[in-house]
Amino acid sequence: MSDIVLKTENLTKHYGGVHALQEANFELRKGEHVAIMGDNGAGKSTFVRQITGVEQRTDGKIWFDGKEVNFSGPIEAREAGIETVFQNLALADDLDVPSNLFLGREKVLFNLGPFSILDRKAMRKATEAALVRTAVKIPNLSSTIRHMSGGQRQCVAIARTATFASKLIIMDEPTAALGVQETAQVENIIRTLKENGEPLILVSHNMRQVFDLVDRIVVFRRGRIVANLRKQDTDGNDIVAYITGAKTGQAELQAA
Amino acid sequence: MSQTSHGIGGLSYDAKKRPWPAEFNVFLALVILVAAFELIGRVFLGDSFLFNTRENVSGLFNEQRLQIIILQVSIVGIIAIGVTQVIICGGIDLSSGSIVGATAMIAMSFAQVATVNGNPNPKAMFIDYGWTDLPVIVPLLVAIGCGLIAGLINGFLIAYTRIPPFIATLGMMVTARGIAKWWSKGQPISFPTDSFAAIGKGLMPVVIFISLAILFQLILTYTKYGKHCYAIGSNEDAARMSGIKIANHKVLVYAIAGILAAIAAVVLSSKNLTAQAGMGVMYELDAIAMAVIGGVSLSGGRGSIIGTVIGSLIFGVIISGFTFLRLDAYYQEMVKGVIIVGAVVLDQWRQRRRAIGA
Repeated sequence: MSDIVLKTENLTKHYGGVHALQEANFELRKGEHVAIMGDNGAGKSTFVRQITGVEQRTDGKIWFDGKEVNFSGPIEAREAGIETVFQNLALADDLDVPSNLFLGREKVLFNLGPFSILDRKAMRKATEAALVRTAVKIPNLSSTIRHMSGGQRQCVAIARTATFASKLIIMDEPTAALGVQETAQVENIIRTLKENGEPLILVSHNMRQVFDLVDRIVVFRRGRIVANLRKQDTDGNDIVAYITGAKTGQAELQAA
Repeated sequence: MSQTSHGIGGLSYDAKKRPWPAEFNVFLALVILVAAFELIGRVFLGDSFLFNTRENVSGLFNEQRLQIIILQVSIVGIIAIGVTQVIICGGIDLSSGSIVGATAMIAMSFAQVATVNGNPNPKAMFIDYGWTDLPVIVPLLVAIGCGLIAGLINGFLIAYTRIPPFIATLGMMVTARGIAKWWSKGQPISFPTDSFAAIGKGLMPVVIFISLAILFQLILTYTKYGKHCYAIGSNEDAARMSGIKIANHKVLVYAIAGILAAIAAVVLSSKNLTAQAGMGVMYELDAIAMAVIGGVSLSGGRGSIIGTVIGSLIFGVIISGFTFLRLDAYYQEMVKGVIIVGAVVLDQWRQRRRAIGA
């Protein structure tokens, strides 16, 4: 039990009459990378939004890092150690890389309330260290995010989550809008995170990517978890069958 | 071969090919403008705009003109400092001119002398209470209090009712002007104490303007407050997700803008030795124009106080240049309007060019 980072029990979310998520039971262990797959509207993003506190669940329980949690908002979840890379990048275009990495949690030289003097050197150093650790390539730290490619932006967003000794990283389709090379760069970062033993939940549509990167695949269909398979026990066709509903998998879930 | 330094992860990066800071372009515009007036002056008037041509005065430059240029923009410049941080934060403040009017009236009534030429001061509103010849700190604190209250109301309206800043500050613009007129029933208030009159004497407005500009340039660059201004103006959702308390920050931004407008009111009424309900009309637009000319983006997230200061100088040079060319004041206003719109068009064009990655 102690090596379980995140656990949900009967996690349920209704939007009015729409049952977007029903009784999701999910577990994530230390150092494990898990992919969440499913068709559009299957409940993947809804699931992520309940865990990160962006929305409030209708029913069910969440344990994180050994404690039962009730996040009232994404900031509380982040303070607890859940870092999320959102589909729409949460970066400020007109700020440089260190400012974005430390946005909202700046290092400070003198504390004068809102007028606290920033420790720009320390933030720059920590940024360089973080980028090296996650193997992110950025030509110039002082240029603003506006001047960067989609891939570089995504890398900065991911480096941000990895900078702060987070206990869990969630990525919601991090490569959906990226080109081939940029996707490869993001995937390399994810491999580096794996080597560093940082647990990860990856929401993705990309079958090749999922089989390349993660240990376990969880499939959502119509708001329910229909499959929970270790990578070596399954293949692409099998997963597609679960996603489309050709295979229901309830029996196997019960057996597992 | 140019020297290359290396970026993170082994990528090559040529520091020499960095784009120029935006302020540099604004400064270039200022230089070109001065050169243009100099040229036109030499050709058509046989006089120099910038250099000293009088024989009875020594010195290379026409110091008198330079002083007038900076003196006439320094009071609106103080407002522009506050407006700059509001615009960087993604907002707008239309109320600053009216806050100047209301604050000047109220502060001036606390800065009255008891007797004028041996007679009781006819303008002293509080003479019956004995509130005359008060130490200068009293009208100063009253002024800052007025600016603070007006700014806080702006800030709370914008942060908590979520109405657009344009509407909230427009309301304050009308209300504050009403207060300015109501305070002394439309009568001007004159005869301030010597200590109050000293605030705006000579080049004091310039000193105050430059000191405040330096202070706020440092605040915007080196403090958490400044960083959050740029972050909110650049991507409010990202700032919120990053845990920045947006509402608190906005209240603070508008409160500071209000205080700066109040300081401008004190300097202006002290310099003029009188306060009138019509003081500061259109100052809000002049201040916004200075910021926009100085490269502050109306869509938020970009700009600096240095830019605004150079923008204010461009403003001053234009007005002074028109006087130098003996053109009527009507033309000044017309050109002012064209410049404001032109600066915004230029900003939009720059953004679009940046968006397509040119």
